Amino acid sequence: MSGYTVDPRIRWTEYLPWVLALAAFFLLPEYLALGARILIFVLFALSLDLILGYGGIITLGHSAFFGLGAYTAGILSAKLGVNDNFVQLAAAAGAAALLGALTGAVILRTKALTLLMLTLAITAILLEVANKMSSITGGADGLSGVVVNPILGSFRFDLFGKTAFLYCLAVLALSWFLVRRIIYSPYGAMLTGIRDNTARMHAIGAPVYLRLVLIYTLSAMLAGIAGALLTQVNQFVGLNVLGFEVSGELLVMLILGGVGRLYGAFVGPVVYLVAQDYLAKQFPEYWYFGIGVILILVVMFAPSGILGLIDRIKTKRRPA
Amino acid sequence: MSPILETQKLCKSFGALAVAQNIDFRLHAGDRRALIGPNGAGKTSFVNMLMGALAPSSGRIFLGGEDVTRVRQAQRVKRGLGRTFQINALFNRLPVLDNVALGIAERRDAARRMWRPASSHKEVIQEAAELLSTLGLAEDALVPVKDLPYGKQRLVEIGIALGLQPKVLLLDEPAAGVPSYESEKILSSLERLPPDIAILIIEHDMDLVFRFARRITVLVQGEVLVEGTPEEVRRDRRVHEVYLGEAHHA
Repeated sequence: MSGYTVDPRIRWTEYLPWVLALAAFFLLPEYLALGARILIFVLFALSLDLILGYGGIITLGHSAFFGLGAYTAGILSAKLGVNDNFVQLAAAAGAAALLGALTGAVILRTKALTLLMLTLAITAILLEVANKMSSITGGADGLSGVVVNPILGSFRFDLFGKTAFLYCLAVLALSWFLVRRIIYSPYGAMLTGIRDNTARMHAIGAPVYLRLVLIYTLSAMLAGIAGALLTQVNQFVGLNVLGFEVSGELLVMLILGGVGRLYGAFVGPVVYLVAQDYLAKQFPEYWYFGIGVILILVVMFAPSGILGLIDRIKTKRRPA
Repeated sequence: MSPILETQKLCKSFGALAVAQNIDFRLHAGDRRALIGPNGAGKTSFVNMLMGALAPSSGRIFLGGEDVTRVRQAQRVKRGLGRTFQINALFNRLPVLDNVALGIAERRDAARRMWRPASSHKEVIQEAAELLSTLGLAEDALVPVKDLPYGKQRLVEIGIALGLQPKVLLLDEPAAGVPSYESEKILSSLERLPPDIAILIIEHDMDLVFRFARRITVLVQGEVLVEGTPEEVRRDRRVHEVYLGEAHHA
């Protein structure tokens, strides 16, 4: 997907997610709230793919940035009266990026299980801080009273979720463009090098640690934006955005779609959240069982995710 | 002429096990030096210390006259140190050209660029293609490294290091595991390298060592036992006893 021998031009298949999203907007108006949630999680998964799929940074604490972004947007509006959506997004991006840079500078000196534990610890600390600082965050009750001004002064968030859907789609499109540029750039190629063989990257003179901190910071920024979008769309933020479950679910979504494939971050959240929505309606008490079955099937038959499975089928069908 | 690479009293111990003991070593521009010794002599540890991948317990390392003992590996590479690995350390899923281009991009300071596509960095790609051509790998440029025969993979190892345009090249068993007809290709590639590069080769293939090196250093239990021309080393009884003797008995 990245490298010096890869054609960076956009292929026709890359237009599919956008065409499908717009088709869903017109054809499935009753699912726009779910659609906006899916778009937010696609952005969140994209941010994780950047570090896990391309940089090889394993984490179970990405919800720290998502949650910080969500709370930054929420606090700005509910406590400080800053209701401009772009200011909220920018502040959330900045706060998450700062946390990413500070924590990345510490934890990226470690590897494997130590790194995994530290990412978990950071999100756990943030969760507890948000829980205890209830005067600012609303604590366990959550933070309500979030207001978002009409987008660009004209488009008010409506009851049916049309504005929210298109707004999330636009932010996702811009973020996707940014991530795609990075992946196809020399930096992206260098990241895959670090993921595949860190020792060699050291031996060719790459400042591996600094490069990882930078991509971790960018990834945190995108996760923060995703979190802010969730707050703006729901006009509420609760402690669940900082929970371990969110990080775990996100990882599952990415694995489901395919790690390190860019569009795995699109496929995974769609499949996961649609399945979750359907199963929760059909089997309100046992829906997690259905999710578990899907996961087992994917791990057994498509370890590289759904996109990996499609690639395998295409390779088998190709004449030798 | 001052040495381009020098160690003074270099020591390294892992607990009670000493892998380097007071190693004084000098390499000059254009040198063709071999470092030989029985298994466990400390050869790879020595290379790792030279590169900065392993911190010495004591002693100093100079590169181009500057003390680099505490300088990070990436900075040593930028100052002209390049290496290959005993066991292939390649980017297996990437095409051959990308393997070499990653190092070239790093040297040209293009690797940190985030906006322009990698494939538009024509200067990097052209240099990588020319390098592969000199190594006889031009036809394999787009083949994923994992699909190459082992001998060619060893050449890619050398190619990645050469892409850094090093002043000092450390080759850790470049012909290890390679059939003899392919080690000939490796040897001829090494013989075609620019004469001003200082090359230190660790190798167990004595035929290759004695044909390539103009001087040989013999390391035993972390200590320099002998240093001299191939003929001097060949005649040295201590070498026969501790090293060549082993080979003869084998």
